Amino acid sequence: MSVNGSSLPGSHNITRVVLDNGITVLAYENYAAQSVVIAGSIRAGALYEPRATHSGLASITAGSLMRGTQNRDFDAIHSSLEDIGADLDIGAGIHGTSFNGKALAEDLPVLIDLLGDILRYPAFPTAQVERLRGEILTGLQYRQHDTRYRANRAFRENLYPDNHPYHYSTRGTLQSIPEIQVSDLGAFHQQYFGPQGMILVVVGAVSAAEAVNIARVRLGDWQNPEQPPQPPLPPVPNVEEIRRFSISVPGKSQSDIVLGVAGPPRNAEDYRAATLANSILGQFGMMGRIGDEVREKRGLAYYAYSSVEGGHGPGSWSVSAGVNPANVNQAIDSIAGEIRRITSEPVTEEELSDNKSYFTGHLPLQLESNEGIASSLMNIATYNLELDHLLTLRDKINALTREDLLAAAQHYLNPDAFVVSVAGPE
Amino acid sequence: MAGVTRHQLSNGLTVLLKEQHSAPVISWWVLYRIGSRNERTGQTGVSHWVEHMMFKGTEQFPAGELDKAISREGGTWNAQTSMDYTAYYETMPADRIDLGLRLEADRMVNTRFLPDEVDSERTVIISEREGSENSPVFWLGEEVRSSAFRVHGYHHEIIGDMSDLHTMTREDLYGHYRKHYMPNNAITVAVGDFDTDSMLKRIENLYGAIPAGEQPKLFARPEPDQFGERRVQVERPGSTAFLEMAYRAPAATEDDWFKLTMLNSVLTGPSGLGGGSIDNKTSRLYKAMVETELAVDVDGGLLPSIDPYLYDLVATVRDGRTLEEVEAVLNTQIERIVNENITQTELDKARKQARALFAYSTERVTAQAFWLAFAENFDSYTWFENYIPRLEAVTIADVRDAAERYLRPQNRTVGWLIPTGGEDGDYEEVEE
Repeated sequence: MSVNGSSLPGSHNITRVVLDNGITVLAYENYAAQSVVIAGSIRAGALYEPRATHSGLASITAGSLMRGTQNRDFDAIHSSLEDIGADLDIGAGIHGTSFNGKALAEDLPVLIDLLGDILRYPAFPTAQVERLRGEILTGLQYRQHDTRYRANRAFRENLYPDNHPYHYSTRGTLQSIPEIQVSDLGAFHQQYFGPQGMILVVVGAVSAAEAVNIARVRLGDWQNPEQPPQPPLPPVPNVEEIRRFSISVPGKSQSDIVLGVAGPPRNAEDYRAATLANSILGQFGMMGRIGDEVREKRGLAYYAYSSVEGGHGPGSWSVSAGVNPANVNQAIDSIAGEIRRITSEPVTEEELSDNKSYFTGHLPLQLESNEGIASSLMNIATYNLELDHLLTLRDKINALTREDLLAAAQHYLNPDAFVVSVAGPE
Repeated sequence: MAGVTRHQLSNGLTVLLKEQHSAPVISWWVLYRIGSRNERTGQTGVSHWVEHMMFKGTEQFPAGELDKAISREGGTWNAQTSMDYTAYYETMPADRIDLGLRLEADRMVNTRFLPDEVDSERTVIISEREGSENSPVFWLGEEVRSSAFRVHGYHHEIIGDMSDLHTMTREDLYGHYRKHYMPNNAITVAVGDFDTDSMLKRIENLYGAIPAGEQPKLFARPEPDQFGERRVQVERPGSTAFLEMAYRAPAATEDDWFKLTMLNSVLTGPSGLGGGSIDNKTSRLYKAMVETELAVDVDGGLLPSIDPYLYDLVATVRDGRTLEEVEAVLNTQIERIVNENITQTELDKARKQARALFAYSTERVTAQAFWLAFAENFDSYTWFENYIPRLEAVTIADVRDAAERYLRPQNRTVGWLIPTGGEDGDYEEVEE
C-alpha cells in the first residue's frame, strides 16, 4: 500500500444522504476495525439561550437527555449501552449540541435507536435534573480554583462583549445554574431540537446502506416546525491596546497565561493561511517558535503553544502557557515578541515548506482510526466542504505563499493590542 | 492477536514485529527496562528527566531538527516515562518510517546531555511539576502513594520530588542514560504496513552494530507486608473534597490481577487498556454514591505493573456532603463484594465490556505496538495476546476470593483531600 489519494475518504467512498426532514447522513465503511463510531450535531447550542439569566441552559438540557425519556428511565438508558460495552456522550457547545458514540459493529442499531429516543423524547425527570444540577455546581466550584479555567474565562469575558455568546462559558455560572427551571429545559428542547441542520456520521465495520437505513428508520420521521434559523452573531470590537487581567487563586504553584485576539472563522478566506501561520508560531515541532523561545531556549514553561479555534464565528487565536509565577512577565514579553516577528516579516521558505509537508503528510495518521475519520467527516458536513475536501486539500495548502501567511497574521494579530489574562498565586 | 514474530539480535535487542495492512501507517517503539521504580532517593525523577533530554538531540540530529524532521514527514512522536519503563515512539506514514528507525538507533547511544540544555530543561521539568501541583488531587495521590509504599520505589511520583529536581546534576542524568540505554536492555516493536523480512533486515542493519553493554543491576527494594490501615489527610485551598482508597494489589502477571480487574468492572465500570473507556453509570459504586447524591463522580482501576502496586478508588464529594458520608457508603459496598457473590449477569456484562474495550483500545497501530512492548517488559508479549482469555476465565468464585484477600482494611491506605476554602473572588484589570 502507498500513501495516495485513493486511500483517503472522498466522494468515491463516502456515502452522503440528506433525509427528507433535513438530516445529513455521512457514512464510511471501514472493515479494518471491529467497532463502529457515530458522531453528529444538532443545531441547539448556547447561542440560543437567554445568556444574561440562563447561561448554561443548553448544557444542562443536553446533559439531561440521557437521564430519562418517555420510553426509558435512567437505568434502562445506561444499561442498554453499558451492557454491551457501548458509549454515547452528548453535550452542548456554543453553536450546536454534539454527540459521539461507539459500539461493537453488530450493535449499531442499539446505538442509533437510543440516540433517536434521547433526542426526540426526553422526559427531563425532576429528580434527575436536580441531581445533574448539583453535579454541575460542584464542578463549577472546583473550577473556581482551576487556574487554566479562570485564565480562559477572564480572557473570553474581556475579548468578547457581553452581548456575544463567546463571552460566556457553555457550562453556565454558579449564579445562573440554580436559577434554571426544569420547565426551561423542556421549552428549550421543544423549540431548538429538530432535524433541520442535524448531522449524523457513521464510520466503521457496517455497510453504508445499512447505516443510512437505520438512521432513516429511527430519525427520518422527526419534525419540528418551530426550529428557528441561526441568529447572526453580534460584532466583536477590535482590541486597541494591551489589556491585562489578573486572577488570584490561592495555594497554586504555577500561573496560567492566555493571550490573544478574535481570529478567523472556519469559512474565512484566510483561514487556512492563518492556521499555517499559527502552526509556525506555536505548533510545529515542539510548539513552534513560541515553544522554541519560551520552553526550549529560556526553559520558562512546560507548555506554551498557540491555537486557532476556527468554528462558525470569530473564535479566538490565542497563546496558552503555564509558567512559574516569577516568570510571567518574561513569558508574556517573549510571546509578544514572537507575535511581533510573525506579523512583521514573512516566515522563511524552509518554515513554509516544512509546515506544508506537515499539514499534507499527517493525513494518513489522522485517518488511521474510526474516530479520526468521523472527525474529518464531521468537519466536512459542519462547514459544508466538498466531499473531496481531503483529496483537494493538498493543492490548496501547497498554493499558499509566505505573503499569504504574513497577510493573515497581520489581519488578526498585533503585538501591541491583545487581551492577556493570568491566573495564579498572589 | 495473531501474527506477532519475536526476534533477538546478537547484541541482545528484542524485536517484535506485527504486520497490519489496514492503513498506510507504521508505529515504531523502543522501550527501555528502566522507570521510576528503580530510582534512589536523591535521584527521584531521573528517568523522566532523561526522557526529556532524549529530545535534545545528537550530532546527527541536533536539538530542534528532530521535531522538524518528524513533523515534515507527517509523523508524530512522543515518549512516556512510567514506574516500570521509559518508552519512545514514532508513528509515521508507512513509506517514511525509516526516519524513526534511524533516529532511535542514533539516540540510543549518541544523546548529548549538553550542560546548558540540562539547565534549561531543569526549569521546564520543575514547571511541569508545578503545573501538576495546581491540581489538588495531585497532592492527594502523592501522599497516598508515599504512605502505601515505604520502601519500594513506587513510593515517589514519576516526575520526582521537588528537592531532587533542584539538585540532580548533569552527571546523574548522563550516568543513568549510559547505564540503562543499550540494546540488551531494550524492547523494540513495529506494527503496521510493512513486510516482516525487509523490516527485520533494516532493523538489524541499523541496530545490529550497537554494542551490548553490561546488563544493569536494578535498584529494587520489595515492599514489606502492611499490618493495618494507613490514613492520610491533605489540606489545600479550594472547595471540593476527594476520597482516595488504595488497596495493595498483585503484579499484572498474577491471576489475581485479572480477578481484581473483573471485580473493578463490577464496582466502578470497565477500564480499557489505555484509553477507550466507557461510562460507568450502571456500576455498583455509581449507583451507591452518585445516584444517592453523595458524590459527583467515582472511578477505580489497577495499573498493570511489574511489582505489586495498588487498586485505587477515587470519589469526588458532592458540594454539601462530607468525606465521612462518602467513605461510609464506600465501605458498605466493599463489604458487600467481600461477603456476597457477584451475579452471573454482572459477570457476563463485565466480559462483554472487556471485549468491546479491548477492540476500541487496540484499533490504532500505535496502541498495539505500545501494548506489545509494555507486556514484553514485565512478562511476555503473549500477556497482551492472552489478556481477554484470562479475563474471560475469571469466575464468580474467583472475584469473591480476590475480594476477600485484597479488599481488607488492613491492606489499604485511605486519603482525604480536605478543601480549606479560600477566596474565589473576581479578577481585576492590571495597568500595563
